[in-house]
Amino acid sequence: MAYDSFIELTTTAVPLPIENVDTDQIIPARFLKATERTGFGDNLFRDWRYHTDNSPKNDFVLNNPTYSGKILLGGKNFGSGSSREHAAWAVYDYGFRCVVSSFFADIFKNNCLNIGVLPVQVSPAFLNVLMEEVFSNPKAEIKIDLKAQTITLISTGAKESFDINDYKKDNMLHGFDDIDYLINIQKEITVFAANTPL
Amino acid sequence: MKKTLFDKVWDSHVVRSIENGPDVLFIDRHMVHEVTSPVAFLGLKNRNIKVLYPERTFATADHNTPTLNQHLPVEDPLSAKQLKALEENAHAHGISYWGLGHEKNGIVHVVGPEYGITQPGATIVCGDSHTSTHGAFGAIAFGIGTSEVEMVLSTQCIMQPKAKKMRINVTGSLQKGVTSKDVALFIISKLSTSGATGYFVEYAGNVFSEMSMEGRMTVCNLSIEMGARGGMMAPDQKTFDYIKDREFTPKGIAWDKAMTYWKTLYTEANAIFDKEYSFDGDNIEPMITYGTNPGMGMGISKDIPMAKDIEGGVSTYQKSLAYMNYNEGDSMLGKTIDYVFLGSCTNGRIEDFRAFTSLVKGRKKADNVTAWLVPGSHQVEKAIKEEGLLAILEEAGFVLREPGCSACLAMNDDKVPAGKYAVSTSNRNFEGRQGPGSRTLLASPLVAAAAAVTGKVTDPRTLLS
Repeated sequence: MAYDSFIELTTTAVPLPIENVDTDQIIPARFLKATERTGFGDNLFRDWRYHTDNSPKNDFVLNNPTYSGKILLGGKNFGSGSSREHAAWAVYDYGFRCVVSSFFADIFKNNCLNIGVLPVQVSPAFLNVLMEEVFSNPKAEIKIDLKAQTITLISTGAKESFDINDYKKDNMLHGFDDIDYLINIQKEITVFAANTPL
Repeated sequence: MKKTLFDKVWDSHVVRSIENGPDVLFIDRHMVHEVTSPVAFLGLKNRNIKVLYPERTFATADHNTPTLNQHLPVEDPLSAKQLKALEENAHAHGISYWGLGHEKNGIVHVVGPEYGITQPGATIVCGDSHTSTHGAFGAIAFGIGTSEVEMVLSTQCIMQPKAKKMRINVTGSLQKGVTSKDVALFIISKLSTSGATGYFVEYAGNVFSEMSMEGRMTVCNLSIEMGARGGMMAPDQKTFDYIKDREFTPKGIAWDKAMTYWKTLYTEANAIFDKEYSFDGDNIEPMITYGTNPGMGMGISKDIPMAKDIEGGVSTYQKSLAYMNYNEGDSMLGKTIDYVFLGSCTNGRIEDFRAFTSLVKGRKKADNVTAWLVPGSHQVEKAIKEEGLLAILEEAGFVLREPGCSACLAMNDDKVPAGKYAVSTSNRNFEGRQGPGSRTLLASPLVAAAAAVTGKVTDPRTLLS
């Protein structure tokens, strides 16, 4: 399905300075039983966020009203593990539009790009700068400019550029998805298929 | 430029390349299961389109199925609804469907090779990260998200940039008691869970060429656990012998033609890899994990590393050990365990049951251990019975369950309780992976068997005759 376009975002951020955050933490498998794409945000980080009796764990950042915003700041190797797109859906459904990390797992990154969540990979040093600033000043705003491919910490002006391929960038800017593209070249695909050995 | 195995298969499936963007990659085989497909089928419905090539699409139910009493209706209403959705979608689109109770039902990555859906030189995808398993046959196989499942259903293509290339060589002789699982856990412990991110891996060296097809599948299966898009091995006579005469492999003249092509699938001398590693197989011990990601593994006789010696975040490392309730410097040997799980797409094949049975034969399951033995498919289940393994297992106090993913991800009722330790032949030891609060020690079927009969972490080499 087509998704919201992403051009520019200026918002506060939620810091989660843990490395190797895996997709089982983002959305545990027992919440993958849905047949529609609704309600996944409620179970984002379920077992870090709630006790087994469903009461909130007060020391987890999503339960701390001090921090809010549409950017999630994650530690190195964010999104490792399963291919479940439900992890990206949970991040989106909770209200995040961008995840910033110093390193992303491949499939999670791809899934984010396919549903309109922008993964922004920054240097470890810049991630530290962002984390420290947000911890000391939770109201600190971060600006993502997709056209310019830059991420800026508004309070200090510290800035870094990030990579994204032209095709995906164009898709994000316009809210296009890959299926539209593929359906448009279906004739080329069927000709190709007719010549495959299998 | 000299081509690698990966280049040959990838390049021959590119429909078109987009400048500074992805390739449009044609997919030969698409495996579908109940958990990651319903929203994709919903997408097709919303666009009012049908599956483009139903004959290239294969559906099986595995993630969310019970492993006891499969002849009865599924009790959990959400699981039942998801299974029904797969059945209805498969029928509506004319896709072969091997649901619960079907004789060909089993874990998607076990039944694919069993029926010859998996073939050398093919591109294979599934909405499951362990699709890398099929790379053991010289296929490019990898896991995709649900948006991509929808792309493949509707156009038989996905759009991804070509990955970088890595080769991992393991040579030498494996010690007694060291299995393909140990080789894979050893490599992951060296590279870490992100060491191969962005790469497609080719495994090379005599250790892999001497492995059975089951062993090769275990290694390729775990490629994703070091972050790789997938892993593959060049097909050889062992590969061709394995797939010959299976239901979906070519027959007669078509077989001969396919063989001519398959024999070209190898990395040319002097082909360039972006990264290359070499390990000596003689130095690999039976492995066990002590933390909450598959990179946190070590030889079973070693001590848990000290935080100061760890590359990466100390607080993340300490959080992980706190979850496991282990201390830096602890020995794993002798630690009490509560559960043993033999099964999954990693180690749910007949060879794994043979290994497990060889060690428990003439011994008894420890009283403090709950053991779940779950075959990867009905075909595996049948072989366990026909080879006489079941009688030996039952004599030792074990019960065989019915096929499915089971406690690997604990979507069904097979959940390890909070705080309990499970020695598991599966692929992930993430927090809560086998049930909320569960603690997982990843290991080979031999290490699992040694734990099952002693009730604690035990070096299987001390029990092998």
